[in-house]
Amino acid sequence: MSATTMTATAPGQARPRAVTVSPVSLPAVSRSEWIKFRTLRSSWIVLAATVVAVIGIGMLVSYFTNTHWSSMRPAERFRFNAVDRSLTGVNLAQLTIGVLGVLFVSGEYGTGMIRATLSAAPTRIPVLVAKAAVFAVVTFVSSIVATVVAFATGQGLLGPHGVGWGTPGAVRAVFGAALYLTVVGLLGVALGFLVRSTAGGIGALFGLLLVLPVIFAALPSSWNNTVGPYLPNNAGGALWNLRGNGFQLSPWVGFAVFCAWAAAGLILAAFLLRRRDA
Amino acid sequence: MCVIEARALSKRYGDKTAVDGLDFTVRPGMVTGFLGPNGSGKSTTMRLILGLDRPTGGSVTVNGRAYAEHPAPLAEVGALLEARSIHTGRSARNHLLALAATHRIGRRRVDEVLDLVGLSDVAGKRVGSFSLGMGQRLGIAAALLADPGTIILDEPVNGLDPEGVRWVRNLLKDLAAEGRTVFLSSHLMAEMAQTAEHVIVVGKGRLIADVETADLLAGAGGSVVVRSPESDELRRHLLGPEVTVTSLEPGLLRVRGVGLEQVGETARSNGLAIYELRQEQASLEDVFMSLTSDAVEYRAGSLDGRAA
Repeated sequence: MSATTMTATAPGQARPRAVTVSPVSLPAVSRSEWIKFRTLRSSWIVLAATVVAVIGIGMLVSYFTNTHWSSMRPAERFRFNAVDRSLTGVNLAQLTIGVLGVLFVSGEYGTGMIRATLSAAPTRIPVLVAKAAVFAVVTFVSSIVATVVAFATGQGLLGPHGVGWGTPGAVRAVFGAALYLTVVGLLGVALGFLVRSTAGGIGALFGLLLVLPVIFAALPSSWNNTVGPYLPNNAGGALWNLRGNGFQLSPWVGFAVFCAWAAAGLILAAFLLRRRDA
Repeated sequence: MCVIEARALSKRYGDKTAVDGLDFTVRPGMVTGFLGPNGSGKSTTMRLILGLDRPTGGSVTVNGRAYAEHPAPLAEVGALLEARSIHTGRSARNHLLALAATHRIGRRRVDEVLDLVGLSDVAGKRVGSFSLGMGQRLGIAAALLADPGTIILDEPVNGLDPEGVRWVRNLLKDLAAEGRTVFLSSHLMAEMAQTAEHVIVVGKGRLIADVETADLLAGAGGSVVVRSPESDELRRHLLGPEVTVTSLEPGLLRVRGVGLEQVGETARSNGLAIYELRQEQASLEDVFMSLTSDAVEYRAGSLDGRAA
């Protein structure tokens, strides 16, 4: 089969083919997924909300930290980390970007679009790979813009308490936060494929990111100290939370563990996507 | 050859059997109807053809291969499924552009099919604002996008106004005349009678008939209703080996197996008065009842046809 074009032969009387088509390929499916992403208004609304959350919350928190510095207790001042403070918005942004990841997939199941999608690419796996790739690129590009701006403006608003790019860990935290958001988005994509419904996918995402740590925090501390660091957002947080909680994995090990969570989700999703009826 | 071939095709969901050992072949150059009441396995069969559902037994191929094994599947089979498969938040043009991208089909073809189905003016509007009929037209545009040799449509006239119904009917006939395979499901016998040359009838997931539409209608179809003050005598003259007469009410008979003209002629030649004489189109239920009781006969008929 030629990689460029092919001309199918018509039955009976030779039917002239009016359209040139190419075999379905991963780049072609990726292009299709990019068109799908950018032609939904909700994509841009949620993406904008994510960027605004990172920058806006970072600016607000940094500004008020500076103005209230004199009234802060010593313990608060001790816990303060200028880099972390300017990236506070990532905690909210992880939820919006995760929801967008779920929606990018569950929206297709909810509307039935998935049947058209899988009819066009019936081997199915390219759909999952393309969706994940498109979403990862879009998320990383917008997240890195958001975290860089949040850091720069946040440090400015912290006034005398702000730090520069040269501070140890600053560059890692800023890039790390964008990487973290990207992987949260991929976790959302995986959950969208696994659960196939918006409500269920968002529920599962919030459960993994928010509820699981709370449950472990309620267990005996020996358990929590052993297992806690490996929970998704604790592990991923190790890369961009400079202050940490004392029980964190080292930054890149933590991030690797977080990536493993998302990878496990995507692999399970791929397996089930092949197996299940659409 | 653009053919669809099902061999012992079966699909169970849990302990419910939706499709039960279907064998059929859909051939090019004509419209083949897929007829059966709601819940008889038509939609499931179409999903199996497209590889959306996996058969629990048997197989179905398009042009000799499973759908998913075609490198450019949209160019082999275009499908309009009964359940909508369009994201409501996207415009009609963007929906088609996204599908077209998977096969690297150009923007010009997208505009062409939009024009063909009469949606050019609303191509930029969100699909969520579309009426049922417009949604069906967009689904048909998507099915025709890659100019496939085989077209599968599940209940395509649902939600269409009379003008739209006629448009679909003519479109399908044109597509078949171009040599394509057109496979069309419906639960409406009358619709099938006007569009399909050949019908495959299913009930409860099983094949009931695989025949020419004309044969189906002649054999199991219409009846003649006749009102006469001398109905008992008329009945005696009408009865024959191929003819059944049932009494609907005193003085009113339903005659099967002979045409309107023959009933009239029989009455005249015997000097019997007639107050009412009309053809009654067979309802789907009528066809089904006669088909299920005569299923063996129909299968035999279709086998003879194939051997010839």
